[in-house]
Amino acid sequence: MNSPKLQRLTRYLLQTLTAISIVVLGVLSNSTSVLAQDDAANQIIQDLASELTHKKTASRLVAIEKLANSNAPKKTIWLEAILEGSLYMRKEDKRMVTVDKNGSRYSITDAITGEQLGEEKKRALRKIKINNSIRGTIRNALGTIALTDPDAQKRNSAVIQLFGATNGEVVEQVRELANTETDTQVKNSMLTLVSVYDLKEGSVEQKKAAMSYAEGKLEGELVNALREISESDNNDELRLEAKRILQVVEQKQKWYARAETVFFGLSLGSVLVLAAIGLAVTFGVMGVINMAHGELLMLGAYTTYFIQQWFPDAIAYSLIFAVPAAFLVSGSFGILIERGVIRHLYGRPLETLLATFGISLILQQTVRTFVSSQNVAVVNPTWMSGSWIINPAFSLTWNRIYIIAFCLCVFLLLLLLITRSSFGLQMRAVAQNRQMARAMGIRSSRVDALTFGLGSGIAGIAGVALSQLGNVGPNLGQNYIIDSFMVVVFGGVGNLWGTLVAGMTLGIANKVAEPMAGAVMAKILILVFIILFIQRKPRGLFPQRGRAAES
Amino acid sequence: MLRTKLVRKLFGTTSLVVLSLITVNTAVAQDDTIKVGVLHSLSGTMAISETTLKDTMLMLIDEQNKKGGVLGKKLEAVVVDPASDWPLFAEKARELIEKEGVAATFGCWTSVSRKSVLPVFEELNSPLFYPVQYEGEESSKNVFYTGAAPNQQAIPAVDYLMNEIGATRWVLAGTDYVYPRTTNKILEAYLLDKGVAADDIMINYTPFGHSDWQSIVASIKKFGGAGKKTAVVSTINGDANVPFYKELANQGVSAEDIPVIAFSVGEEELSGFDTSPLVGHLAAWNYFMSVEDDTNDEFITAWHEFIGSEDRVTNDPMEAHYIGFNMWVQAVEKAGTTDADAVEAAIIGVSVPNLTGGYSTMMPNHHITKPVLIGEIQDDGQFDVVWETSGLVAGDAWSDFLPESKQLISDWRAPLACGNYNVTTGACSGQNL
Repeated sequence: MNSPKLQRLTRYLLQTLTAISIVVLGVLSNSTSVLAQDDAANQIIQDLASELTHKKTASRLVAIEKLANSNAPKKTIWLEAILEGSLYMRKEDKRMVTVDKNGSRYSITDAITGEQLGEEKKRALRKIKINNSIRGTIRNALGTIALTDPDAQKRNSAVIQLFGATNGEVVEQVRELANTETDTQVKNSMLTLVSVYDLKEGSVEQKKAAMSYAEGKLEGELVNALREISESDNNDELRLEAKRILQVVEQKQKWYARAETVFFGLSLGSVLVLAAIGLAVTFGVMGVINMAHGELLMLGAYTTYFIQQWFPDAIAYSLIFAVPAAFLVSGSFGILIERGVIRHLYGRPLETLLATFGISLILQQTVRTFVSSQNVAVVNPTWMSGSWIINPAFSLTWNRIYIIAFCLCVFLLLLLLITRSSFGLQMRAVAQNRQMARAMGIRSSRVDALTFGLGSGIAGIAGVALSQLGNVGPNLGQNYIIDSFMVVVFGGVGNLWGTLVAGMTLGIANKVAEPMAGAVMAKILILVFIILFIQRKPRGLFPQRGRAAES
Repeated sequence: MLRTKLVRKLFGTTSLVVLSLITVNTAVAQDDTIKVGVLHSLSGTMAISETTLKDTMLMLIDEQNKKGGVLGKKLEAVVVDPASDWPLFAEKARELIEKEGVAATFGCWTSVSRKSVLPVFEELNSPLFYPVQYEGEESSKNVFYTGAAPNQQAIPAVDYLMNEIGATRWVLAGTDYVYPRTTNKILEAYLLDKGVAADDIMINYTPFGHSDWQSIVASIKKFGGAGKKTAVVSTINGDANVPFYKELANQGVSAEDIPVIAFSVGEEELSGFDTSPLVGHLAAWNYFMSVEDDTNDEFITAWHEFIGSEDRVTNDPMEAHYIGFNMWVQAVEKAGTTDADAVEAAIIGVSVPNLTGGYSTMMPNHHITKPVLIGEIQDDGQFDVVWETSGLVAGDAWSDFLPESKQLISDWRAPLACGNYNVTTGACSGQNL
């Protein structure tokens, strides 16, 4: 006897056993017929097996709709399993199974009976493949079911999933439910859904009522439905009313769009300021042209990556540890560069430029050789993802909000350090008049090293922030070095406030120009603007005054 | 007198011996091995993608040698590093052909590098196998395009979105250089041809390595919020993709609302991403690592063994090299020589297995036939194939959707032997670009 036969036999045996036990249980609970019915209804998944695993999306969609419309008690579980990608068919006997993935091992369970079937190789199973259209269909089906879920969050997403539904029955069901709904957010979503339907399909009275509801609302679906009426409704009165409401809405939308542009600009500005502020110390205060500044940013970003690698269970806190770690790593590298190379080249800017450019290449290639020439994946903690939805037309992404706040914190701390601490005083003294400072007993070479270390460390901190926005790879530094110099020169060398104002101005200017001229042209325009500006004011926005500036 | 004669005689014989030794040596070298050039950047910005292809070539050559080489000779790989520097590509190509005497070269990634080496290969008459999807509008006597032409990637992808997803509004987003510009030009013409209104197409270009996608994503969101099903066709290059997808996810645009189909995001690129914001978005290629096929399994096992790591992925350009290399081997054996003209004539019509369970054939226009697959990104960085063309698609060198190339065809067989024959004027313009 070959094995499939044997297995089939065992399966029949097991099924009989289960049936018997069900009967026994049924007798005990006095509901035999119901359970038998359930079982018969559940059998549908087995009947649909070949359709569900069909190559063509269309056939799978039909099968899933059949499943969703069936009265099988387990259909919700199955639909959710398909959504998660854990419903499979065993190839040899076409049995539908749910799979629990454990590394490369797949332990399988019968979809109907829940019976454990041991482990199978991946190749012995066929997954019910899903794509976006199937996902949508399943969500819709689950949506109708989840409308009465006790969890308000789930109810809300169920309603949102149903947006755009043209099925009148479902809409009537939602209309009923809206009357008894207690959660305001869910109720709002429900009313929006109903109004959109009324605006599209309802009678004149219903349309009027829906319009008065829609007045002042910013939900995209409502606005689209109103627009349709204003363009093509037969009733003149309705058309005019829709136009009037739309005018108000569009005015509001315009204002929110402006606010959004400013926010985008500020957040781009914060990135620029973060990238440039370390350079404002090394280039601005010390006058060292450090071409390896970008690579110090890169080191900070890689520090974040390694911390996440070492503590994979603490992603949420990784950034908090990464900030001081990156400061130390980049800072000590900075001191090393200053002591090893730059110290010997003070007063020779061209040679400093070339030497630090060499260092930047060495650092890049080191990362390529010892880590990977590929980009590495830095994970965003969940509190950095998603957005803060203020209203349907205006929402701010969390990561940008944090970056702006972080940038301001770093700026203020640095400002305090330079203006209020004794180290800051020494730093400024050395920068303004080295000879005089030394005569006052300041160890200028030590101050040089520490200042360079401070600038580099801040670059490291900026690297942590940048790792949350873009790629972390060997080329990270190169993408920011030009922008950094641009900000520092534009703001006025040696002036922290200048760097802040310059970064924010460039950020906002860029974001205002981008929608009009396109991203490429916007960049060119900004560069041209800065070149022209420097022609008029060679010392930037906030030039340093006094004798120190003359030398 | 005698002494001088003796010296002269001695000198003569030694030089003769030396000379013969040299000839023998080179003769031995020529007898023993056939040199194959590998022209991929191993340093600089493109090293990210190209290093893998160099390793793939070394593996393929190694395997062929284990099978006994070609024409009874061993193959010898000559690897050079053009360092992502376009002019250096041309120099290194010349070095490979003139100094090393390679029989064929496998290499290049970006279109710029291909355009840079093209005159060298044509001048010195040596074949080049180019493994990456590109914008088309080219057909050279010496270049074999084993990657996808636009009709083998972009057009089927748009068809999928139009017919299966029901997209009616389109965003064509790309990085600002030749491949996206040409591809989008073709796609725009194709969409207009299909009756899409000009208002329903939004075209957007960004600089290389663009990292601040806020306003562009906001405008895509607005464009897609107008009540019609919207899809994004992305020719955004490499690095800029991560921040783009992150921004989409953060602004709450899901793959179900506005799917993004990418032509430059493959398994290799995904291995450097945190893939969670990308799940559900699409990519169009001619090969996915996840394709279930025995040849593919063998290839993956061989690759893992060769590279010494189970974590390394395979991707579409690697398959293109696999196909191109096997085609070249077959053509050389068919021609019985490595002579460029003979091989170039023999390779047309050669069929070799591809890694998706079928055969690919070299067409007379130096492009190959391939299936087109659409895959959805999964959370493990692999693709799930959701759709594929029912048969193989033959690469079209000159797009039928651009007015300037509509009437051009390419056929390198005698007697036409022309890369850009104008069917209306009946003339071969004799230039590629």
